[in-house]
Amino acid sequence: MRTWRPFRRPGRDAQLADELRSHLAMDEADRIARGESPRQAAANARRDFGNVGLVQELTRDMWAGIWFDRLWQDTRIGLRALWRAPSFSIIAVLCLAVGIGANAAVFSWLEGILFRPYPGVASQDRLVAIAGTVKGTPGYASVSWLDFQDLGRMSTGFSAFVADKITGATLTGRDRADRVVGELVSANYFSALGIPLARGRGFIPGEDVGNGTHPVVVIGYAMWRDRFALDPGIVGKTVDFNGVPLVVVGVASRDFAGTFVGYAMQFWVPASMQAAFSGSYELENRGAPWIEGYAVLAPGVSRDEAQASLTVAATRLALTFPDVERGRGIRVLPLWETPFNAARELAPMLRVAVVVVVFVLLVACANVANLLLVRSFARRHEMTVRLAIGAGRARLLRQLVTEALLLGGIATVLGLAMAYGCRHALSLFFAPRSGASITLNSSFDWRVLALSASVGLASVLLFALVPALRASDIDLTSALKSVAPSLSGGRRSARLRASMVILQVAMSFVLLVGGGLLFASLQHMRHIDPGFDADRTYTTYVNLLAARYDSARSRIYADRLVTRLAGVAGVRAVALSTSRPLDPGAPYGSVPIAVDGYQNAPDEAPTARSTSVTPAYFAALGISIVRGRDFRLTDTDTTLPVSIVSETMAATYWPGADPVGKRLRSGTRWTQVVGVVRDVRFESLLEPPAPLFYVPLRQSFTPMFSVFISSSRPSAEVGPGVRRAIHSLDPSLAAYNVLPMRDVMQRSTSPQRIAVTLIGICGALAVLLAAVGLYGVMSYVVSQSTRELGLRMALGAAPAGVLRLVIGRGMIVTMAGIGAGVATALGTTRLLGDLLYAVSPRDPVTFLVALAVMLGTTAAACLVPGVHAARTDIVKALRV
Amino acid sequence: MAKSPPTSRLELLQGTLDLIILQTLRWGPLHGYGIAQMIRAASHHALRVDAGSLYPALHRLERQRAIRAAWQTSDRNQRVRIYRLTAKGRRQLAAERSRWDRLTEAIAGILTRPAESDA
Repeated sequence: MRTWRPFRRPGRDAQLADELRSHLAMDEADRIARGESPRQAAANARRDFGNVGLVQELTRDMWAGIWFDRLWQDTRIGLRALWRAPSFSIIAVLCLAVGIGANAAVFSWLEGILFRPYPGVASQDRLVAIAGTVKGTPGYASVSWLDFQDLGRMSTGFSAFVADKITGATLTGRDRADRVVGELVSANYFSALGIPLARGRGFIPGEDVGNGTHPVVVIGYAMWRDRFALDPGIVGKTVDFNGVPLVVVGVASRDFAGTFVGYAMQFWVPASMQAAFSGSYELENRGAPWIEGYAVLAPGVSRDEAQASLTVAATRLALTFPDVERGRGIRVLPLWETPFNAARELAPMLRVAVVVVVFVLLVACANVANLLLVRSFARRHEMTVRLAIGAGRARLLRQLVTEALLLGGIATVLGLAMAYGCRHALSLFFAPRSGASITLNSSFDWRVLALSASVGLASVLLFALVPALRASDIDLTSALKSVAPSLSGGRRSARLRASMVILQVAMSFVLLVGGGLLFASLQHMRHIDPGFDADRTYTTYVNLLAARYDSARSRIYADRLVTRLAGVAGVRAVALSTSRPLDPGAPYGSVPIAVDGYQNAPDEAPTARSTSVTPAYFAALGISIVRGRDFRLTDTDTTLPVSIVSETMAATYWPGADPVGKRLRSGTRWTQVVGVVRDVRFESLLEPPAPLFYVPLRQSFTPMFSVFISSSRPSAEVGPGVRRAIHSLDPSLAAYNVLPMRDVMQRSTSPQRIAVTLIGICGALAVLLAAVGLYGVMSYVVSQSTRELGLRMALGAAPAGVLRLVIGRGMIVTMAGIGAGVATALGTTRLLGDLLYAVSPRDPVTFLVALAVMLGTTAAACLVPGVHAARTDIVKALRV
Repeated sequence: MAKSPPTSRLELLQGTLDLIILQTLRWGPLHGYGIAQMIRAASHHALRVDAGSLYPALHRLERQRAIRAAWQTSDRNQRVRIYRLTAKGRRQLAAERSRWDRLTEAIAGILTRPAESDA
C-alpha cells in the first residue's frame, strides 16, 4: 500500500526492505551451499529470520523523526476507521461534542462574567471591587465620594481608586429621544484602567471636581456607530444628555463596554456632572453613599494586604467623622463578588452550572466508552490480523488511543463551535429593559479554549483507554482459530459496559434531583405573597429630569399625570413612587433614622429604607393599611411632615406599642407616623423585608418616579391606554414599557429560572443518554445469550417470563446506578444553596419523583431488548 | 513474534548487543547478515542474534553516528548494506569495553567469594 509520509526521507522504507531481503537471500544461498534444497532453504531462512514485518517495524522505531511519522500514520488509519463506521462516529462525536460544548460554554461564561468581565480593561487581573458595609445591615453598600477619595489617599497597596456609578440618560436632539445607559466616573477612569480610545481622549485630572463645571463625555463605540454613523469629526461636537449639552471628548475602543456586568455601557461622564444625571450633587456630602467603585492593586500586593491597609484607613476615617461613619466599614472584593452588578446574582447559578456540565460530560463519556467497547468487538478481527502480521501490542494500543483522541479532537472543535454559537444565550433569559442592551457575554480567550480542550481530551482519553486496553488484549492463537468473540471476553466487557451504565444512571439521577429541587423552589417562589397585588398592578416609569423639567413644573406634571391616568378606561387607582418593589433599577433609599425612646447600640447607626409615594399608593398596589390613615392630598410641603411605617418597622422600633402618632426622624427631618401598612417584599422576593417607611411624594419630591396603575384588564389593553395618556401630556418624554408587576417579580428570580432551564435541559439529555446506554447493554446481553434464552424457552419458560428476566437484569443495573446516584445527590445538592427556596436539599418527595422517572425511563429502555428476547426463535437459537 | 529457540543458546545480556556489534565491526566493514554470522561463529554457536534485535540495533547505532552505512555490491553480486565503524564508534567501543570489563570483574568477584570462604 503506497502511503504519503510527509516526514520521511523518500526510499527509506524501500531501502530497509532491500536490506532485509538481502539478509534472507544470503542466508538462503548459504543454506543451499550447505546442501539444503532451494525450497527448504527458503523456508528455513524465513523461519530463522522471524516476522519480516515486525523486524521492519522495530527497526523503523529507531529512525529519527519516526514519532511524527507514526502519529501521521495512526491519524490516517484512525480517520479511515472512523470514516468506515459513520453511524458510530457521528453518535460518538455528537455525544462528546454536547458534553464538551456544555463545558466550554460554562467556562466561557465564568471567564466573561466572573473572572475577566471587562474586555478592553488592561489591568483586569489586578482589579478589585470596593464596597462599603454597614453594621447591622446584611450585604454591601455604596461609598460616598469623599470617603472613596480619602480611602484612596490614606491606604497603601493600590495603584488607583476608580469611582464608578451606573446611570442613565435620555439623548435628545434630531427627531428622536433615545434612552442610554452609562457611567459616572472619576477622572482617572480611562487612564487607571488602561482603556484604549478609538478617538480623542479620556478624562483629565480635575474634570471630576466642581458641580457641573466639566460638561464633557466619552461615548461608546456602539453609540458612535449607531447614532453618529462613525462621524470622523465627532470629537468636539456637542450632544444633549438629559437636555444638558456635553462636549464629546473621546470615543472608547470598540471592544470596551464599561465596567458593569449585565449591560453594555454607552457613555461615560465625569462625576462632576452628577446633578444632571441623578438630580443632586453629592460630591461634597460625606453622608451620601453612591459610589460603586473599583481599585487597582499595586503589583505584588495581595487582596488581603490591600484589605488590611484599607481597614486601617477606614478606622481612621471613622475616628475623624464619627457621626457619618459610625458602623461603616469597607471591603476589598474580587471581581466575581462585585456586589453591584449581575455578577453576584449569577455566581450561584454558574457554580451549579459547572457541576452540571461536568456530570453531562461524564454521562457523554460513559456513552462513548460503551460505543467503543461494542466497536472493539466488531474490530476484533481487524486487530487480530494486525497483530498477526506484525503490529506490536503497544503500537495497537497507540493506534486505538489515537483514534479516541481523533474522536475527542473533532468533538472538541465541534463543541467549541456549539458553545461559541450559544455565547449570547445567557442574555436571552433576561427581558431587555428599554434603552439598555443586556450583555452577559461569554469570553472565548485562550484560557477558555485551553481548558475546554484539555477537559475534553482528558476525559476522552480516560474513557477510551479502558476499551482500548480491552481491545488490544487479544489472545492471538484462540482469536485466529475462531472469528466469533470468546464468551469470557464478552462477559468481562459486559461488566465494563454495565459499570458505565451505572455511572450514567447515577449522574442523571443527580441531575434529575437537582432539577427537581430547583423546580420545586420555583413553584414555591411563584406562590410567595409579595405583599402587593402582582396580577392587577401595572407599572411604568417617567423621567422628568431627563426632559429638563424644573421642580415646580415636575410637581404640576405629576398631579396632572395621576388625574389623566385615573381617567383611562378600566383603571381603578393610580399612584407614583420614587421606587419600585423588586426592581434593582428603582431602589429604595437607605436613610439614618431616630425614634423617640429607641436605644441603639453604641456602634449602631439606625437606618431604615424609605420611599416617597402619592396618596392611593397602597390602594394601587393592594397593600392593606393595618392602622391609622393613608396619605392625603393635603399632606404637602407646607403641612406637618408625616410618614407611614411597615409592620416590620413598627415591630422593630416600637415593639408592643402603636407607632401611630409617634415621632420618626428621617434624615434630619422629624415626621409624625400616621399609619402602619402590611409588609411588602421590596428588595428580595425570598427574604423577609427590612424595616421600611413611606413619606408623601409632595413632601419629598424627585422628578423621576415609577407609575403604578391598578386595573383588572389584561396587559394588552392597559399598556396602550397608559402610554397614550403619558404621551398626550408631553410627547417629548421618552416612553418606557408598561409592565405587569408579575413580570417585575419574575425578573427577580431569573437566576433560579436560568438554573432550572439549564439543569432541566442537561438532566433530560443525561437521562436520554443513560437510557440509550442501558438499551445498548441490554441489547448486547440479549444477543449474547440467545442460546441460554432459547434453552429456557425450550424447557418451558413463557415469553412473559423471559421479558421479566431481561427487564429484571436491566433493573439491577439501574438500581445500582440509582444507589450511587442517591449517595452523590445527598452529598452535592447542598451546592444549590441560595438557589433553593423553601425546599430542603434532601427533599424526599423530589428524590422519590426522580426515582420514579429514572425507573420508568430505564424500564422503557429495557423493553425493546426484552421483547426481542421473548420472541427468541427456539429452533434458530439452539441450532448454533 | 519470534519464538524463543528450543536449544540451550544463551540469551544476550541487556545492552551488550551494541558492544558486540561494535566489536565485530572492528575487523572491517560488514553487512547485517555477516555480522549475525560472525557473532554466531565467534561465540561457537552459543550466541544467536535475532534479526528483530540486530537490525533495530544497527539502525540505532547508525542514528547515533557510531557506525556508517553504504550500499555495495557483494562478491556474490548481491546489493548489500555495509556498516563500518566511525571514529565516534571506536570511542564508544572503548568506553563500553572498559565498562564491560569492570562489570564482569565485579560479577566474577561476587561469584567466586563463596568458594573462597568454603576453603
